Amino acid sequence: MTSLAVSAAANAPSPPARSRWLRSEEARGLAMISPTFLYALALLLLPILIVITYSFWSQHYLDIDHTFTLENYRQALTEPIYRDLFVRSLWISLTVSIATVVFSYPVAWFISFHGGVHKNLWLFLVTVPCWTSYLLRVMSWKVILGYGGVLNTGLMGLGIIDQPMTSLLYNANAVVITLVHSWAAFAILPIYVSLQKIDRTLIEAARDLGDSRMRAFLRVTLPLSLPGVVSAFLIVMIPTVGDYVTPRLVGGKDGVMIATAIQAQFGKGANWPLGAALSVTTMVLVSLVAAVVVLALRFCIRRIR
Amino acid sequence: MLLQRLRFLPWLPAYVVIYFLFLYLPILLLPIFSFNNAATTTFPLAGFTTKWYGSLVGNKVMLQAAWNSLIVGVSVSLLSTTLGICAARAITRYRFRGEKAAAGLIMAPLFLPEIIVAVSLLMIVLQLGTELSLITVILGQTVFCVPYAMSVLVSGFEGFDRSLEEASYDLGETALGTFRRVTLPVVAPAIVSSLLVTFTISLDEFILAFFLSGTEPTLPVYIWGQLRFAAKLPGVLALGTIMIVASVVLLTTAEMLRRRAEKRAQATLT
Repeated sequence: MTSLAVSAAANAPSPPARSRWLRSEEARGLAMISPTFLYALALLLLPILIVITYSFWSQHYLDIDHTFTLENYRQALTEPIYRDLFVRSLWISLTVSIATVVFSYPVAWFISFHGGVHKNLWLFLVTVPCWTSYLLRVMSWKVILGYGGVLNTGLMGLGIIDQPMTSLLYNANAVVITLVHSWAAFAILPIYVSLQKIDRTLIEAARDLGDSRMRAFLRVTLPLSLPGVVSAFLIVMIPTVGDYVTPRLVGGKDGVMIATAIQAQFGKGANWPLGAALSVTTMVLVSLVAAVVVLALRFCIRRIR
Repeated sequence: MLLQRLRFLPWLPAYVVIYFLFLYLPILLLPIFSFNNAATTTFPLAGFTTKWYGSLVGNKVMLQAAWNSLIVGVSVSLLSTTLGICAARAITRYRFRGEKAAAGLIMAPLFLPEIIVAVSLLMIVLQLGTELSLITVILGQTVFCVPYAMSVLVSGFEGFDRSLEEASYDLGETALGTFRRVTLPVVAPAIVSSLLVTFTISLDEFILAFFLSGTEPTLPVYIWGQLRFAAKLPGVLALGTIMIVASVVLLTTAEMLRRRAEKRAQATLT
């Protein structure tokens, strides 16, 4: 059937070049993707360009001064309050991403190597908690870690402690625990995908050649799964730097992160250009860390080869 | 059998069980305390009650927020799935220059801190002098939902055999007829799955709604307002339980449909 169509098309007189291009695969592809692309252009790229523009302006009372200035960036990078917030946000999100990857790796490995026929079910069970209300999950951690919370009352009921621990909630630790929970599935999925791609005969070969299981894992499985580890790391790290809800609900004074400062500058009568500069700085810092991680991976892979 | 193969890693099954407990603990606590006959969230439980659910029924502000969430959720899922279909079909069906760049921009919200997307949208809305409303929430959440719609749809469209469409054209069917009678039946489960996934995300999405909703709160924004008052917590737990049940039901349906879509796409190959 198709071959008939092809020969029919070949016999047809060739149309003028422009209308031929309009019917080409390229034109059709572009036409097909353009609504979505234009939407993203108008509601994602354009707004971000405006934020970048604003970050070079300044605000006097309620008026925006359109003269180019780097003052906002000087404030963002040198004023102790913002510097501390950036350092803490990066520190928390790096801790969260490392912890999430480390805790999730064995689970991804288990599903990939021992999931049997139920792999898809396992993966689905991993993702379900991540799809349920983010706000409520964070609040639930407040219920667990609070002074009169589940953990304290539970441990007291069991006689393990005789006074509630106050160090559980309203600090950076609580933020880390909550975020590790929130992003678990986003680490498991990419690691699982990269583990699935590994040719199992390579591991058998390593075993046949006398490697112990541990050694085969360290020399074959782990290096080959590094791309998944890196994407898991980035998928967790990038969004958590700018998280707003968790620090506000469980962070207390010592768990405040940069998003709170950004939000404050965009609130009533505050400083839009400064808020814009804080946002842009966050994006730049995130990209820098991402770039360093990707380069480190390339270096590792080259070393292994 | 499993235990035998895992002999060299005896701790692993135990670890996986503990990991799943950690994963599900916060979600199981909400329903437990929502039926607890006390305003505090501590063990031991004080007795069974449905009064917190009862208190939701007459709560006009909450019901209005639920209605707002429904309007936003339905609009976002329709809009982002439509946009997702265009992009997913372009990517799975055609090869063209700029394909990677275009797809990269569309998927970018996955790799940006959400607060930055929210702040930049807020700026452009206020810059244009537009009032914040449910419409701005819908437009904003759509940007955020299209990547999810696209990944569901691409996996549904991927195996689709193009020669089926060509055969249909050869047999004299029009482009529209081919889409309706050949393409649509094969990809329909993926489309429904994308609608459900994006509806679920919209139902739970907070940051964009918080920044862009103005005076018309969605459910998560309403919940955020209630969290300041300790006395309102049990009511919030009841509402949260209903939302979690809704999310799980929607997701399970979406997952089943997505799998059917994958199977059908594979079946057309053989």
